[in-house]
Amino acid sequence: MGFFLETLLGGLMAGMLYSLVALGFVLIYKASGVFNFAQGAMVLFAALAMARFAEWLPAYAGIDNFVLANLIAFVAAGAVMFVVAWLIERLALRHLVNQEGTTLLMATLGISYFLDGIGQTIFGSDIYKIDIGMPKDPIFAFENIFEGGVLLNKEDLYAALIAAVLVGLLTLFFQKTVTGRALRAVADDHQAAQSIGIPLNRIWFIVWCVAGVVALVAGMIWGSKLGVQFSLTTVAMRALPVVILGGLTSVPGAIVGGLIIGVGEKLSEVYLGPYVGGGIEIWFAYVLALVFLLFRPQGLFGEKIIDRV
Amino acid sequence: MFYRENGQFKTSYRADQQIFGITQDRVAVLLLVAAAFLVVPVITSEYMFRAILIPFVIMSLAALGVNILVGYCGQISLGSGAFMAVGAYAAFNFFVRVQGMPLLLALLLGGVCAAAFGILFGLPSLRVKGLYLAVATLAAQFFSDWMFLRIKWFTNDAPSGSVQVSDLQVFGIPIASPISKYLFCLTILVVMALGAKNLVRSAIGREWMAIRDMDVAAAVIGIRPMYAKLTAFAVSSFIIGVAGAMWGFVHLSAWEPAAFSVDISFKLLFMVIIGGMGSIMGSFFGAAFIVVLPIFLNQFLPFVGSLVGVEISTSGISHAELIIFGALIVWFLIVEPHGLAKLWSTGKQKLRLWPFPH
Repeated sequence: MGFFLETLLGGLMAGMLYSLVALGFVLIYKASGVFNFAQGAMVLFAALAMARFAEWLPAYAGIDNFVLANLIAFVAAGAVMFVVAWLIERLALRHLVNQEGTTLLMATLGISYFLDGIGQTIFGSDIYKIDIGMPKDPIFAFENIFEGGVLLNKEDLYAALIAAVLVGLLTLFFQKTVTGRALRAVADDHQAAQSIGIPLNRIWFIVWCVAGVVALVAGMIWGSKLGVQFSLTTVAMRALPVVILGGLTSVPGAIVGGLIIGVGEKLSEVYLGPYVGGGIEIWFAYVLALVFLLFRPQGLFGEKIIDRV
Repeated sequence: MFYRENGQFKTSYRADQQIFGITQDRVAVLLLVAAAFLVVPVITSEYMFRAILIPFVIMSLAALGVNILVGYCGQISLGSGAFMAVGAYAAFNFFVRVQGMPLLLALLLGGVCAAAFGILFGLPSLRVKGLYLAVATLAAQFFSDWMFLRIKWFTNDAPSGSVQVSDLQVFGIPIASPISKYLFCLTILVVMALGAKNLVRSAIGREWMAIRDMDVAAAVIGIRPMYAKLTAFAVSSFIIGVAGAMWGFVHLSAWEPAAFSVDISFKLLFMVIIGGMGSIMGSFFGAAFIVVLPIFLNQFLPFVGSLVGVEISTSGISHAELIIFGALIVWFLIVEPHGLAKLWSTGKQKLRLWPFPH
């Protein structure tokens, strides 16, 4: 029982991290109908920027305060992501308005190649560390309930907390601010939003900025967990089943989907993996999402797809 | 002046239904095929065969398969690499495990296995549509990556996980030299392209296009979505599977699962979109673009670097390749979202009137 619970909690925390990446997909899809394959590249780019700025800027300015150095790096990387967002909107997406979904998807794939290349050219292509002071030591919980307690990874726990806080902030931003309301209006109906005077281009820029910040937080957490390297882009591939399971248009869906996928992955790997040779995590997530889709083709919380002739 | 159909009257249904209705087109295509078979082997160097022509021919075939599914039937698939892998490994198993298995039959059986795999992973398309389907087809990709890495039976218990084939021959002719490999692939490509072209202008092809344009409306006028979608998956993955088997057998001759990674799925989709969705001709253009571009950049960038006096490191070149490749793709999608095939038809239209302005 203790072991099961341990796997379950591990899965839930991993799931929180997936939803962090999935959130980036959902935000952009909701606001502009673009399925942003470049989210993985953005995560890598942001993480690279963060890691290198944390190295360069304090050395340049002579700061040796740990918190301040990380803060400066975070702000600088955030600014870089804003520039990236602006460039993507200005140079690529603005010219692709009204194209088919597939074309847009391929365009974001092109953007992801571009970001991969330019990120590694500017910031280097070795493995870098992001040290934001995440505790690495494991803790034991529920020791008085189970014998031996439940082993929890403190780092995962903090990461999940950060993810939860970010999701909360995003929800507040979307529900309570004027910009958030405009974003929701655009997501609802482009033309109607435009007709009441919401500037589409600015909204798209904002949404890519938000996605950039989400990518930065995701890159920071994943980077401090796994190290900043090219394989970070595969995190996006692992987050894709989360997106379709939760529904492409739903923020809560990304969270719930992330939790389901995280738990499903861990449980399948532990209980099913040994029988079939292990390493089934990746495709199991996809198959799990597929099974859900067979019952709800628009994902758990996605908007119902209505076909009209 | 030279390219116009004036005076070419069709007097029978047979003449009206030819693939190339205009005499000039027919002659041009025949000349092109003849040149590919007779002239190219004489004038081309061995490096060109290995690096460009053989990959181009095989990738055109694969892109053709993807185009049937994505361009004609409208089902976006990111699992093409998996279909290639299934074709390659199935053909490998038939070839190695069955004594005296002819190469051609092994390739075709590989295609048949890929078709079965395609139908299996095409089943969700009956319920799941659009981008959801695109992501769902990634399941096929990751499943096949895992399957050929972990299940040792498929790789004939090779300890390193890499498999190889040797002694390829067709009807007693060895397929060893680059020229023979090229001609072998080209023959299969021409036969399959002809078949595909005829298929997409037959009843089933029209059903696919109806499904692509609006599946609900197609169902209303009596097209069975299940039959149409699954046949598209089957035919497409058969062709992709044969191409995958050829990629493994003829081009690589020794390969491991990473040869058919998700990257190849993306590249195939690029070929289809850049070449032109729903166009057999477009598959060739797209394949040529995607195969030649990295090689060109690889050769061209050090040259540019030496011109401005900068020595670019190998990793620098590979990053610059990524940057330029990505930028070109985006640029291309912006200026011609309908692909090279559209440029081609615009060009033909212009040529019709040339040299008169109207």
